[in-house]
Amino acid sequence: METYYDPKDLEGFRDIGKDAPELAGKFFDYYAAVFAEGELTEREKALIALAVAHAVQCPYCIDAYTRACLEKGSNLAEMTEAVHVATAIRGGASLVHGVQMRKIVERISL
Amino acid sequence: MSVISPVMHRPVSPEGAVPAESFDMRLSRYGLKLVRGRTRTLQVNVGYLCDLLCRHCHLDAGPERGEVMDAETMNDVIAYASRVRFETVDITGGAPELAPGIRPFLARLAPLTGKLILRTNLVALREAAASGLMQSCRELGVALAASFPSTHPAQADAQRGAGFWEKGIEVLRDLNRLGYGCPGSGLTLDLVVNPTGAYLPGSEGQAEKTFKQRLARHGIVFNGLCSFANVPLGRYRSWLEESGNLAPYFKTLQERFNPATVEGLMCRSLISVSWDGALYDCDFNIAAGLPLGLTKTHVSSMADLPGEGAAITTGDHCYACTAGAGFT
Repeated sequence: METYYDPKDLEGFRDIGKDAPELAGKFFDYYAAVFAEGELTEREKALIALAVAHAVQCPYCIDAYTRACLEKGSNLAEMTEAVHVATAIRGGASLVHGVQMRKIVERISL
Repeated sequence: MSVISPVMHRPVSPEGAVPAESFDMRLSRYGLKLVRGRTRTLQVNVGYLCDLLCRHCHLDAGPERGEVMDAETMNDVIAYASRVRFETVDITGGAPELAPGIRPFLARLAPLTGKLILRTNLVALREAAASGLMQSCRELGVALAASFPSTHPAQADAQRGAGFWEKGIEVLRDLNRLGYGCPGSGLTLDLVVNPTGAYLPGSEGQAEKTFKQRLARHGIVFNGLCSFANVPLGRYRSWLEESGNLAPYFKTLQERFNPATVEGLMCRSLISVSWDGALYDCDFNIAAGLPLGLTKTHVSSMADLPGEGAAITTGDHCYACTAGAGFT
């Protein structure tokens, strides 16, 4: 069945620079620099990326950073905890907006 | 301009057969030749008998395997190690702990080399403890290289069988009690880490740091850690095929081909003896059925070290040793 998200499409990412190579070059240079070892290790950065991938629900990123996390030595328990961090922030972001809801209710209620 | 980042540029479940470029063709394309250097290590595979059925095993080792080195072949190996002094003698299997006569074999080899290594799956070492093997290793100063794939119990068990984690932790504690892995003891305990799936290992240094932190929570210490890619042979290859991971795994290995690893590959400085006394360039070639020089030579007829500059027999499985940091 055809889907918008075909795993093979990820290979097409290499062509994303066509028609705007300078911008793509700047993005990928920046991207590589971000994931290089710095104050955080590559392993830690991959775990953050995995969590963000779940928050933005990008199947390409989930595929790439699941593999990256395993290859950089994270185990399934750490990766699962990272996903829960994303989940908590996403859920918390919804819940904290309940404050708005309560304020509005207060304003328009007797 | 870097067009794409290394991480995003990952294989994504391609279909079809294993890619066509053979390992030899890849070497030629890079203008490389894989030839023997000075041989420093004698690796001895004492047989395929094992008490585990690890899913990444390149040899299909297990409890039903009857191929085990006999006393006569052990004598031939000892004679060879006497004729040609090796810096290191490395005993592997299967589970070498289970080979009959392993204790006297180790005792006779120890004085013939600077470093004697016994590879252990830990579980077999515990079973062999009743025979005094652990104590014997301690007295001989045998270095232990223990397979321990993950700090996560479920992932460790997934590779090595249900209950491995718990038993492995117990044996590591026993070894620490004997002094193995403890600072100043002179008794080396290294861990060998293979990925628990169809992916490559990461930085050895980072993995060592992580394992040291995690195992410290269980009161365990060890010296060093070696991480190696799984080699697509034997039971591991069967799993790759059955799970649809064979082609993607080969693709990953080929994409991560690192020409800089070739010079330091372990097969350049190692000769491997199979349970039946036949010689090979490495343990993986035993599994692949590719003997030294493609002719079966028995260890008893080997007068000296293999010649420097001699070609090393290769197969497509060699891609596993040249991926990333390589098997050096």
